Amino acid sequence: MDQLYPLVIAVPLLTAAAMLAARPLLEKQRLVRDLVAVAASLSVVVMLAFLTYGTIGGDTVYWFGGFRPAGDVVIGIDFEAGPLSAGLACLGAVLMTASMIFAWKYFTQVGTYFHVLMLTFLAGLTGFCLTGDIFDLFVWFELMGVSAYGLTAYRPEERGPLQGALNFAITNSVGAYLSLSGIALIYGQTGALNMAQIGVAVAKHPADRLVVVAFLLVIAGLLIKSAIVPFHFWLADAHAVAPTPVCVLFSGVMVELGLYGIARVYWSVFGQSLGHRAAISHVFLVLGLLTAVTGALFCFRERHIKRMLAFSTISHAGMFLIGIALLTPLGLAGAAVYVIGHGLVKGALFLCTGIVLHRLGSVNEPWLHGRGRPLRVTGVVFTLAGLGLADLPPFATFLGKGWIEASAGAWLVPVLILCSSLAGGAVLRVAGGVFYGLGDPPLEDPRMAEAAAEETSETVGGKDRTPLTMIVPPMILVAAAVGAGLIGGLGRVVQAAAARFQDQSGYDATVLHGARITHPVALHAAGSTGVTALDVLAGLGSVLGALILAGLALYWRRLPVLRRWRPNPSVAAAARRFQSGVVNDYVTWVVIGIACLGGVFAFIIR
Amino acid sequence: MQIFPFLVVAWIVAVGLYGLVTSRDLIHQIVCLIVVQSSTYVLLLGVGYVTGGIAPYFSDISAHTKPVVDPVVQALALTDVVVEAAVTALLLAFAIQAYKRFGTLDPHELAELKG
Repeated sequence: MDQLYPLVIAVPLLTAAAMLAARPLLEKQRLVRDLVAVAASLSVVVMLAFLTYGTIGGDTVYWFGGFRPAGDVVIGIDFEAGPLSAGLACLGAVLMTASMIFAWKYFTQVGTYFHVLMLTFLAGLTGFCLTGDIFDLFVWFELMGVSAYGLTAYRPEERGPLQGALNFAITNSVGAYLSLSGIALIYGQTGALNMAQIGVAVAKHPADRLVVVAFLLVIAGLLIKSAIVPFHFWLADAHAVAPTPVCVLFSGVMVELGLYGIARVYWSVFGQSLGHRAAISHVFLVLGLLTAVTGALFCFRERHIKRMLAFSTISHAGMFLIGIALLTPLGLAGAAVYVIGHGLVKGALFLCTGIVLHRLGSVNEPWLHGRGRPLRVTGVVFTLAGLGLADLPPFATFLGKGWIEASAGAWLVPVLILCSSLAGGAVLRVAGGVFYGLGDPPLEDPRMAEAAAEETSETVGGKDRTPLTMIVPPMILVAAAVGAGLIGGLGRVVQAAAARFQDQSGYDATVLHGARITHPVALHAAGSTGVTALDVLAGLGSVLGALILAGLALYWRRLPVLRRWRPNPSVAAAARRFQSGVVNDYVTWVVIGIACLGGVFAFIIR
Repeated sequence: MQIFPFLVVAWIVAVGLYGLVTSRDLIHQIVCLIVVQSSTYVLLLGVGYVTGGIAPYFSDISAHTKPVVDPVVQALALTDVVVEAAVTALLLAFAIQAYKRFGTLDPHELAELKG
């Protein structure tokens, strides 16, 4: 079992290095190259699945080079695997494999660099999930980041990708450097880099100002990565222009990794020291709500399909943050299962969008109206995934969100249902309009054809058939999203894992003294993970809401009330100014956001 | 620990962020990003500094005769330099591509032309 820990990092990194070295040979042997890359990624999936399964009974620790801690002093670097951390990495590896298989026939001219960058990204995300060292957290974060910037600008001959990649790289780098400053401050205070050791050291005294500032700086970088309002601007720009198989990873797992990082540093390092649980919970709940609502509203008004899915990801990131911010085992377990369901469903949606781009040469919704009718199978998969996004039982999204709602209490439920309905409604509107030709034909706009033609070089449009390697991965992802929701006993296992994740003394004992904690001391009583009639009603309610909203969006011109209504141009202009695409504005928002957050922390933690 | 290095750090961050927010030239912005990152070097070295400490080479001195500065932060700063080299190289490559293809380095113009 122990050998798996170094291998999950070494396999993708060494494969990437070998592929880069053998590049002149591999450019001619496309089949060999694709098979090697997929095999490496698939082996990581299998290893991480074993790791995840092995930690169900209690988290495990691996010390590189056998440098075990002596007492409370840590010299070595450890990997700590629990069901949540290894499971998230496993989800990332699954999505990576799916998108690599998809990319096989998708790109017209894919160089070996694509596979190399994908594999280094995989190594980065796995290391980020498993590491127990706070400086390594930054290094893996940057490894993942640099691969992601490169993947975003994979087609540098177009303006969009370059611009999106620049915005993405600059905002995320600023965040990473703020995180590093926080890490340096906390190292100066404690003399430790291991998260458990730092946690023990800072918990000895009540948090002073330095600890609060360090916490703020560390999570600032992670908040930017996880696209929480007002740090979310880069995400839509990057998603809209990145190659579609890459979007699967960005939406399905990279954003969630930022949130995982926040949860990790809160519960493993700062939680006990900061205290003020209720106040901190409220701050993050507000951030989550703001993100969920903003993302959902922008998602519904967007007509560029990839951008629309990106805004839906922002909205869901807000809902995951709500689950985490409740600080209960049930809320965290709900967020974890919601992340799995969302990742699989969103991956399927992006892959189907890729098929649309491959066959029809556009992702512009009005232009595509009714043109997707020949893509029957793709349409069905897209629609199913859209229903999954709107939390239809028994998708895993329904299960996860049900737990978040159960843990949150009644006041949050309507907002969460509204957000899911808006995001799901937007996707179902696209499904109905594009694949089934439902709704009124859109008003012709001369810019539409131009906008439709902007995405030509990623893949050759106008193909007659969808290759099997492109349609099977999204089908499997949707099936997996349903399957994950049907696993019996999932709730008990995930909630126990969440309780362990939140138990800081247990984490310290596991890492520093090699204890195997099976029954953690939960700060909050564990909630019920059963599915009640009320949960099903809430899930069906959000699906119904999504269907109604989709219907309204498709047929609004026939309704007597709305017939005279026209979209207000000033609202559109304001939205465009808000999401300006200028990196200067984004950095300004980052500075404002961090200043506000710092002000709030200074006020609540004294 | 003295307060002075930390004031310098705060100043460098502020200058870099000001440049990032106001600049209309991508190359200049990338340099400003490097300035923001430079603050982390000063911070790391400032955190590990020991008054009167000497370089942490233990070949010719015994560890207990004189205080040495913290070698860990120096290793961290070195890793940080590597990260910066990668990020900067990539960003400059993007900027060169942007200028070659579209003849502008102004982020406002790039954003407008994207539509």
